Amino acid sequence: MAKKSAEELAKKHREISIAEFFEKNRHLLGFDNPRRALMTAVKEAVDNALDACEEARIMPEVNVELIQLSETRFRMIVEDNGPGIIKAQVPKIFAKLLYGSKFHKLSATRGQQGIGISAAVLYGQLTTGKPATILSKTGKEKPAYQIKLKIDTQTNSPDIISDEEVSWEEKEHGTRIEIDFEGTYNKGRQSVDEYLKETAIVNPHVTIIYTNPEASQIIFPRATEEMPPEPTEIKPHPYGVELGRLMKMLQLTAAKTLQQFLTDEFVRVGSGTAKQICENSALLPKTSPKKISREMAENLYNGIQKTKIIAPPTDCISPIGEEALEKGLRKEINAEFYCATTRPPSVYRGNPFIIEAGLAYGGDQPGDKSIRIMRFANRVPLLYQQGACAITNAIQTTSWRSYGLQQSKSSLPIGPCSVVVHMTSVWVPFTSESKEALAHYNEIVKEIKLALQECGRKLASFVNKKRKIKEEGKKRGYIEKYIPHVADALKELLGLEEIKAKEIEDNLVEILEHTRGELEEIKVDNPDYDPELANIGKENKEDDEEEPEEKKVKKEKKEEKEDKQTTLS
Amino acid sequence: METEKPVVKKIREVAQRIYNKIRLIEQPQMEMPIRALSNVSYNDKDGYFELMGKKKVRTLTASTIKTFAQTLRMMNLSKEIIEKDDMATKREAYYVSKNWGDARFKEQPESDTVMDDIEAMMQVNREQIGFIPEEKGGDVAGKLVVIDKDADTGKEVRIDCTKFGSGAYSVPSSVEDLKFETEAKFILAIETAGMFQRLVKHNYWKKSNCILISLGGVPTRACRRFIRKLSDDNKLPVYVFTDGDFYGYFNIYRTLKVGSGNAAHINEYFCVPQAQFIGITPQDIIDYKLPTHPLKDVDIKRAKDALKNDPFVKHYKEWQKAADQQIKMKARAEQQALAKWGLNFVIDKYLPDKMKNSKTWLP
Repeated sequence: MAKKSAEELAKKHREISIAEFFEKNRHLLGFDNPRRALMTAVKEAVDNALDACEEARIMPEVNVELIQLSETRFRMIVEDNGPGIIKAQVPKIFAKLLYGSKFHKLSATRGQQGIGISAAVLYGQLTTGKPATILSKTGKEKPAYQIKLKIDTQTNSPDIISDEEVSWEEKEHGTRIEIDFEGTYNKGRQSVDEYLKETAIVNPHVTIIYTNPEASQIIFPRATEEMPPEPTEIKPHPYGVELGRLMKMLQLTAAKTLQQFLTDEFVRVGSGTAKQICENSALLPKTSPKKISREMAENLYNGIQKTKIIAPPTDCISPIGEEALEKGLRKEINAEFYCATTRPPSVYRGNPFIIEAGLAYGGDQPGDKSIRIMRFANRVPLLYQQGACAITNAIQTTSWRSYGLQQSKSSLPIGPCSVVVHMTSVWVPFTSESKEALAHYNEIVKEIKLALQECGRKLASFVNKKRKIKEEGKKRGYIEKYIPHVADALKELLGLEEIKAKEIEDNLVEILEHTRGELEEIKVDNPDYDPELANIGKENKEDDEEEPEEKKVKKEKKEEKEDKQTTLS
Repeated sequence: METEKPVVKKIREVAQRIYNKIRLIEQPQMEMPIRALSNVSYNDKDGYFELMGKKKVRTLTASTIKTFAQTLRMMNLSKEIIEKDDMATKREAYYVSKNWGDARFKEQPESDTVMDDIEAMMQVNREQIGFIPEEKGGDVAGKLVVIDKDADTGKEVRIDCTKFGSGAYSVPSSVEDLKFETEAKFILAIETAGMFQRLVKHNYWKKSNCILISLGGVPTRACRRFIRKLSDDNKLPVYVFTDGDFYGYFNIYRTLKVGSGNAAHINEYFCVPQAQFIGITPQDIIDYKLPTHPLKDVDIKRAKDALKNDPFVKHYKEWQKAADQQIKMKARAEQQALAKWGLNFVIDKYLPDKMKNSKTWLP
């Protein structure tokens, strides 16, 4: 074989555009199979819509519609009542990967990288060749315009197919995106239905109107008029910055001196701390940031690690709250026992975060299967890659046996139980761009475990109480069962009359039951439970099954009450 | 009213005490001795295990009411059986309970335990409360005439134990009313049926003028009682011949000689204190160069347990020495191992030698 020269080989090397990269590696973004692609596309569009509304302090109302065009082809339409997008920005937002408002700041929003929605557009164009259609309007007096977009994958830049002004009278402001793509519609734990339901559960301030491919409409009405506090943006904490990022920040800063750079660009650094860092780095506070060499930057990096700096502020993140989390569980699961807990804020790599956990035990849940896990990050449900997630790992390495569940070593516990875990942070560390699994940081796993243990202890006392009541019931059964035998045997042994035997029975009841007190009862008593909601996202085959009698009764009751939840066909 | 039998009287007394408590709306109790090795001591003077004072009190509560009801039911069954002068096997008693609804026994061991409790509570033996075991008493051959009664006519039946050929007379489950006629010089009790067969086949009893009894493992109560009565009535010494292992020493021989922990309340009558152990001793294994099997961990555990907890072993230094010797040897030998020196070595050499030399015995 002829040898090739370095020059020849060099011809083959060329730059890869990020769009091209993801075109080939779409699984990294969650578009690996048609079923997951459908869920991911809806998820990216809805996350964007909710972020936009919340940033503009508008109570979100999102309309999601899936239309089946052919056996494998779907049209997704997602429309919000957000602030709208100015015309010049639309192409880049929807048709350029890694273009976004959130990557360079630290705040607890759903989106982070600016990949998601463009990836959905890319996927649509890849599977159908069709452009995405964006409709947006920014105010009552402003015109609406409709733009059809594709992505030029070689350059990772928007390719505008058409651009026209249209009338959109019914909307004061908002954005609507329409994409056609290949997909498969299923129900089940990893479906669009489930995703939207779980989103509604942890975002009680949101209204979602969802029309599925079977053309039945489900409305998830908002349950509170209270908007969660606005996620405030914070500057990075010195502990969370890596060397490369530090060098880039030094180049880009407007600060004139190193001390000023440290106090301006970082949180929790005052002039005292800044001087301390300089001293620990053997650098002069007056050094110009632009003149800091790589070696000096490394000194600075090490100096930061040596300096004691207080933890970042934590008021920039807001948890769902124990009450709301428990309420969500009550709606979704008909159980005997609920509890939820919100941990105090903690920090990993300079990023503040909060872990919340809750669980529902008993009731309708099957006792012989692994527990159900519901994972959330910044109020977004995580439906895929459960096995790779730090939440799953934390659940597996928590000892559930002492809390009354069965568990073989380092695996998911078994029992009639559902566990929900939510992480909120200014930067949620995902294992990949599809954002389905939390990375395993020790600090995070530890916090999750602490939250689970808190819930577990409450669970244990409930399970114990339940067991005691069961045993007590059994003992009472025993007493009733065997008293007549004692009386009967004594009657025969001593040749007593029937009336004496009756007296023995009465006396024995008094002797044995007198001290036992009232028997408590544990029942499923959960007025918040919403069987229709709970059914959303369940496998199709379950629909064919006969509904248990009591469930039917409950359902009828709900209908009488004209529940907020409505299903129209 | 005809005179009440003492056991029936006792049963009525227990029931009456319980009834009186219930009338006063107080928790009734049953009291019985604990049946275990931990609650017996070795009575050196009379040579048997006797009960110490430890008692188990069963108070009527929600968790004991089932056993309580079953015990009363069983007492009532016992009373009925005695009054009718009848008998029931343990298995039959278990089946009778199937008629008690919720108070019935699930498995026979449950009814056996309740039966043993009543027996201990009454301080009598099982036969006296009307229950008999199904177990066989043991086989007998040799110069003995057993005088029994015909079940129908009540006439005396004379059973000549020399006339069973290669077979044997079987000890009945109740031996109290038997009478004996014999000119034999001693009784030889043998652990295994195989060795018994060999000795019977070669008329060993004729040659050495004795009565052969096969124990068939740990001797049953009837077998112990039979040997005791036979020995007492005719002043015959009793020699015991078992495998050379701890099961032979501390389960078979010990139980025959001094009784068991489980039935300590009746050991006084169901033991043979005059019994002597002739072999196979640990020293025999060495002296006769017998082929051996290695001791298993369970064997050693059994021996150590006996050394520590068995009042009989704790009383006899000779047995402690023998046990230590065998633990060190790490080996055991079966009776049949004597066949190494020829099939009839046991008859021609081993037994005659051992009989002559009481120094080779163990107490």
